[in-house]
Amino acid sequence: MLPAIAVKQVSKRFGAVHALSGIDLEIHSGEFFALLGPNGAGKTTLINIIAGLSLADSGSVSVMGHDVIARYQQARSNLGVVPQELVFDPFFTVREVLLIQSGYYGIKHNTRWVDEVIEHLDLTDKANANMRALSGGMKRRVLVAQALVHKPPVIILDEPTAGVDVELRQTLWDFIQRLNRNGHTIVLTTHYLEEAETLCNRVAMLKEGRIVALDSTQNLIGAMSTGKSLQLRLQPDTLPAELQPLQIRHDGGMAELHIDHYAQVESILSVLRSAQIQILEMHLQQPDLEDVFVSMMKNGGNQAK
Amino acid sequence: MTGFFTLLYKELLRFWKVGFQTIIAPMVSTLLYLLIFFHVLEAHVEVYPGVAYTTFLIPGLVMMAIIQNAFANASSSMIQSKISGNIVFILLSPLSYHAIFFAYIIASIVRGLLVGLGVYLVTLVFFDIPLMLPVWSLLFVVLGSAILGALGLIAGIWADKFDQLAAFQNFIILPLTFLSGVFYTIHSLPAGWQFFSHLNPFFYMIDGFRYGFFGVSDISPYLSLLIVAICLVAISMLTIRMLKTGYKLRH
Repeated sequence: MLPAIAVKQVSKRFGAVHALSGIDLEIHSGEFFALLGPNGAGKTTLINIIAGLSLADSGSVSVMGHDVIARYQQARSNLGVVPQELVFDPFFTVREVLLIQSGYYGIKHNTRWVDEVIEHLDLTDKANANMRALSGGMKRRVLVAQALVHKPPVIILDEPTAGVDVELRQTLWDFIQRLNRNGHTIVLTTHYLEEAETLCNRVAMLKEGRIVALDSTQNLIGAMSTGKSLQLRLQPDTLPAELQPLQIRHDGGMAELHIDHYAQVESILSVLRSAQIQILEMHLQQPDLEDVFVSMMKNGGNQAK
Repeated sequence: MTGFFTLLYKELLRFWKVGFQTIIAPMVSTLLYLLIFFHVLEAHVEVYPGVAYTTFLIPGLVMMAIIQNAFANASSSMIQSKISGNIVFILLSPLSYHAIFFAYIIASIVRGLLVGLGVYLVTLVFFDIPLMLPVWSLLFVVLGSAILGALGLIAGIWADKFDQLAAFQNFIILPLTFLSGVFYTIHSLPAGWQFFSHLNPFFYMIDGFRYGFFGVSDISPYLSLLIVAICLVAISMLTIRMLKTGYKLRH
């Protein structure tokens, strides 16, 4: 099947800085995809090149099979982008902005869909307010709405939840998930890794302009070498001899034991019981995307696939 | 075409919503120029035989207002969008660079026309100004404001901050306007200055525009028309090229 976004050998320099070095990436139709990486890793540069806001020095990009340079009109018609910066046009009201944006995409009477988007993003009360009068969170909603006026099959959100309250985050993700279920391809960047973990099927991690990890969210987490662990605060604070080999560290009165399977928890507890050691506090740690992220960023490109 | 018409509509709405600043204010300042020059010079200068100085001056001032406002419209719209960042809404859309070019240029022509027409209508209340060949005048208004709209677009795209745009306006547009024969006929100038005036494309816009009023001009209106048209084509090609390559817009 035709990939929603195909990035081939894309490189981009800004002066002496290699913002992107030979990026290869295919995002499939219908995916919910996360692009992760620390600030300055090249996420926004990559998005800008896909959107045509930046021009790659070499390599090619296509959206729904349309080259973003040679067939820029078709490529852009298939793409909706929510930019990271909170930009707005101070001359117009929310509804005007959305109808004007529809017109740019060649859509004349878009009132019905615009009203639907306004409603789904909880903007109904502000529909006739000037953009200047809106709070930051409201402006962010309008940005999302603007990216959706032409019902693009591919939607890119560049840190859509940065500085946004919990309620909007919830509204936004509900709406975006619904779009994804209806077949829209979603690409997002975020600094909230739990968001990426719950929402996305697949993740690419960028570091210094290179992809250092590209796999399904599950595989990435599953491949974490640290595995699961059990943290225990014990009374008295001494670990029975047979549990000693499992200990990874012991600090602040907290012993951390390595486990491979959840079934081990039962046997650890029974050893403690028979040794008459009391458990004051217990945490079960399992690796999440954040651990993968931290390890990737530490180890550099060693684990790149 | 919907995309083009939408952008044109947006550009028109943009200046219409701040009409006091974009239409009324330039009308007032142009009329102040007229009042002052009328008071000081009316009795002393006769440019063309039988044409009073004020009558001669009015078309020049009208064209000056048109030029300045056509330039201001495209340039300020572009630089405001760039600096506030909302230019991305245009850059993300499938609007062709031709559509972007024509929308900005036509909006500039409309604003130039509105201000020019406004000034002309007000002066008609006080002065008797002939308009012998209105089609000629209209032709030069459209071509002249299109050139200035394109120059405004170039300046707006090129400038990274308001300071640079102001420099473009004050060191290029303003001298070219003031030295183009708004206030005088170049026949009154020494030979050297006459030569330099002939290198100034704005001179042909104003001379041709004035021809529409009096049927008299410093040089043949056909030559002026040709030169103005060539300038428009050249500047338009440059502007379209900048939009196509994404100069300073797509990094």
